[in-house]
Amino acid sequence: MSDTAITLSAVSKSFRRAGRKIAALDSVSLAIQPGQVTGLIGPDGAGKTTLMRLVAGLLLPDEGRIHVLGIDALTQPLEVQSSVGYMPQRFGLYDDLSVQENLNLYADLQGVPVEERAARFQKLMQMTGLGPFTQRLAGQLSGGMKQKLGLACTLVRSPRLLLLDEPTVGVDPLSRRELWQIVYRQVQEAGMSVLLSTAYLDEAERCDEVILMHQGKLLGQGEPADFSRSVAGRTFQVSATGVSHRYLQERVSRAPGVLDALIEGEAVRLVMEAGIEPKLEELLPGQENIQLSAVEPRFEDAFIARLKTQRNMGSTALIRHNKVTYDADDEVIRVHNLQRRFGDFIAVNNISFSVRRGEIFGLLGANGAGKSTTFRMLCGLLPASSGELAVAGHDLRRASASARGRIGYMAQKFSLYTNLSVMQNLRFFSSAYGLQGKEQKMRLEWALTTFELEPFQQANAGDLPLGYKQRLSFAAALMHEPEILFLDEPTSGVDPLARREFWARTNALAEAGVTVLVTTHFMEEANYCDRLVIMADGEVLTEGTPQVMKASARTVENPDPTMEDAFIRLIEQRQQAVLR
Amino acid sequence: MKALSRMRLLGMIRKESLQILRDPSSISIAFVLPVVLLFLFGYGVSLDAKLIPVGIVIEQPDTTTQSLAGAFEQSEFFQPYHFDSIQMAQQMLNERHIDGILWMRSNFSSNLLTGSEAPIGVIINGVDSNQANITQGYIQGTWLAWLSRYAESRGQPLPIPVSLEQRVWFNAALSSRLFLVPGLIAIIMTMIGSLLTALVVAREWERGTMEALMVTPLRIGEMLAGKLIPYFVLGMAGMLFSVALAVWQFDVPLRGSFWLLMVSSALFMLVALSIGMLISIVSKNQFVAGQLAIVVTFLPAFILSGFLFDINSMPDWVQVITHLVPARYFVAILQTLFLAGDVWLVVLSNMGALLIMFLFFFTLVWRKSHKHLE
Repeated sequence: MSDTAITLSAVSKSFRRAGRKIAALDSVSLAIQPGQVTGLIGPDGAGKTTLMRLVAGLLLPDEGRIHVLGIDALTQPLEVQSSVGYMPQRFGLYDDLSVQENLNLYADLQGVPVEERAARFQKLMQMTGLGPFTQRLAGQLSGGMKQKLGLACTLVRSPRLLLLDEPTVGVDPLSRRELWQIVYRQVQEAGMSVLLSTAYLDEAERCDEVILMHQGKLLGQGEPADFSRSVAGRTFQVSATGVSHRYLQERVSRAPGVLDALIEGEAVRLVMEAGIEPKLEELLPGQENIQLSAVEPRFEDAFIARLKTQRNMGSTALIRHNKVTYDADDEVIRVHNLQRRFGDFIAVNNISFSVRRGEIFGLLGANGAGKSTTFRMLCGLLPASSGELAVAGHDLRRASASARGRIGYMAQKFSLYTNLSVMQNLRFFSSAYGLQGKEQKMRLEWALTTFELEPFQQANAGDLPLGYKQRLSFAAALMHEPEILFLDEPTSGVDPLARREFWARTNALAEAGVTVLVTTHFMEEANYCDRLVIMADGEVLTEGTPQVMKASARTVENPDPTMEDAFIRLIEQRQQAVLR
Repeated sequence: MKALSRMRLLGMIRKESLQILRDPSSISIAFVLPVVLLFLFGYGVSLDAKLIPVGIVIEQPDTTTQSLAGAFEQSEFFQPYHFDSIQMAQQMLNERHIDGILWMRSNFSSNLLTGSEAPIGVIINGVDSNQANITQGYIQGTWLAWLSRYAESRGQPLPIPVSLEQRVWFNAALSSRLFLVPGLIAIIMTMIGSLLTALVVAREWERGTMEALMVTPLRIGEMLAGKLIPYFVLGMAGMLFSVALAVWQFDVPLRGSFWLLMVSSALFMLVALSIGMLISIVSKNQFVAGQLAIVVTFLPAFILSGFLFDINSMPDWVQVITHLVPARYFVAILQTLFLAGDVWLVVLSNMGALLIMFLFFFTLVWRKSHKHLE
């Protein structure tokens, strides 16, 4: 038992919420090996945080036994807590204490001898690059810096086991990459064992071993390559000239034997069911000029394949939307030298871009890059400090109700009335946009059918699973058939399957001529956009199509760069420019 | 393993103190709030009747009515306004410009001279019953004083069989400020002890820092002590500041021993802190904790402690409830120590009650605190 870092034997844990019992972990048994990085991967609600807290001795299981570093976590939680380092989701920092004071506090609490501190602090500061900021209050650090300080605080007394609960959420890709480097250094230099949870599937490939969880159950455990291998020979890329990639994806995803169809630039990535060869005549009957090629399997392909067979996913109902007639060169949104200051702080610094009708336009960037501020100005929720902006020819801050009626808005975190039922929410939002009588009734029916919300009509919005909250929020924004759609972080925290459904619906809207402006911090979602801007520190780093952006990051060593590679390259270029 | 670690405890205290110093709301609750409350209650609120506006209607002026009106003019309790007709005076009473009317009819002086009954009409606005009672009493007193002087001047002493020789102890001038200001210290300490503590602990839950603290070798005892000690010091500092203001700014005498005041305040502070901790453990959310602290500690301290309203004049069942309000015991101690002196029986019995409350709440806090999230 003592040769494993963590052992769980038939551990179950459930919570009571609003009178209902929710199983967070359902009889999970696993063993985690020491001296390596183990990734705990799964969408929101998979039970990752509950598992972390159980291991840290913060929660007691309903059933089962937990051993951490050979110590029984049920009977000796204090001993466990003395030998692990744990970073909770929001890093556990005191915003009103400085970097140094936060470190001092955790050094005191962890009992680091005073004479050893100077050397340890220096090493941590050098490792995290926080050296120049020791006097700054933690609340004034950027997301990436907070994350590194949180990590430094858990590492003040080199623990034998490091538990990191979603350390990379909402942090920019460069900081994420740096965090991984620090983590691996701990494993190599101090022989530390690391358990790290994440909802980013691309991070799975960075782990030595991966534990896959979904809805409180263990789906599998193994090396990332093992997972990818399970879908080997089933991944393909298909492209066709003369049709839009969205149309292509929509058709392919309905073809028999196709588990997953994902837009990747101008092409569509396919995952086939086991034992089914993709045949062009079955995939796209009647379509000419098709290219089909096999591609390397990825972890995400395996994950989706596993989940889809688990859930037995049906087809996704698509949105029928009254087609908007338009002129393709019509600029619907125009932003010129837009600036927003909060006191001394410049949240958005002289940005310019324009969005054409029927386009999906993305604002990409880490938390704090200025995406949401830009968004709020466009929606008229926040006045601009300077610059010009027009949405369908209006500044929405001063526009009439009828001009506002042409846009739909889906706010961050799916702002719904949590104690109203699904039906009541829909009815409210539709009447807020002036729908009534027969028309309202029709749209309500449409929303319930299209978004498959009928079984939940009477359920309170607050009790819905996150993916359904997203659907409901999306439906509410579409009740009045807007021409322009603003989506603020629509996929945050939602599992990959729900994200796919969401994008399928958004694609259908764009095909119908609706203009979509979307913010996201998932780099790979850039592939769904026609064009996008990448933002950092309130500035636009670049504007263009995802293909061009990725191509600009192409090097000899990395012939097929991802959006994340492109982003990191842009940030590095900018930092060098600042240094120069 | 069970022993407290000095390093961890000091680390917690240092962190908590830094947070207090950097948080403008902690400092203002401890030092600005006392000033505001003390000035408001010391100068603004007065339960004494002074310069009550009254209307005087004299239908036929002569020397007798002039001398009675003069008695009201000279009284420090009244601010008389003269009206020619009762209708005008009534109008002013309706519009709440005056609180009462003194009405001498045209036959007042002649009746008085001939020795027949000479009634004075007195109309009082009874909306505020307390104020009305006081006004009535003062009018009667002023009238009686005038009457005996009047009789004396005519060589016929008024036959009053029993006369009262009154002495008011402890607050000879019956100034409500002397009575309010000491009680106010209990309110201020309740705010610091319960409201502030409830808010800061709930904030740790909300921001997720509690979770990080729990997965350190920190013991429950160290965590509680690390939270209680800085806020205890802050509360006592606020208390000393209020006492200094009371004594030097508001001239409230401190007749009892200063050290007894300190010891009993410390005891009350511990009760308030325990309640604050308990609230934050139960609610774990700043908004709820704040609401609870106000409803459970601040409002009862204000209304049911005897600070503003006399407990003996409350209905019996409310009086029973006041025994559950810790501020009740502390207000009694404060008023005794400030105005009467070291009356040991009063001070010790109330301190005993506070001690029991402290032990009760602290045991609850200890039992409810554990290093789990549920």
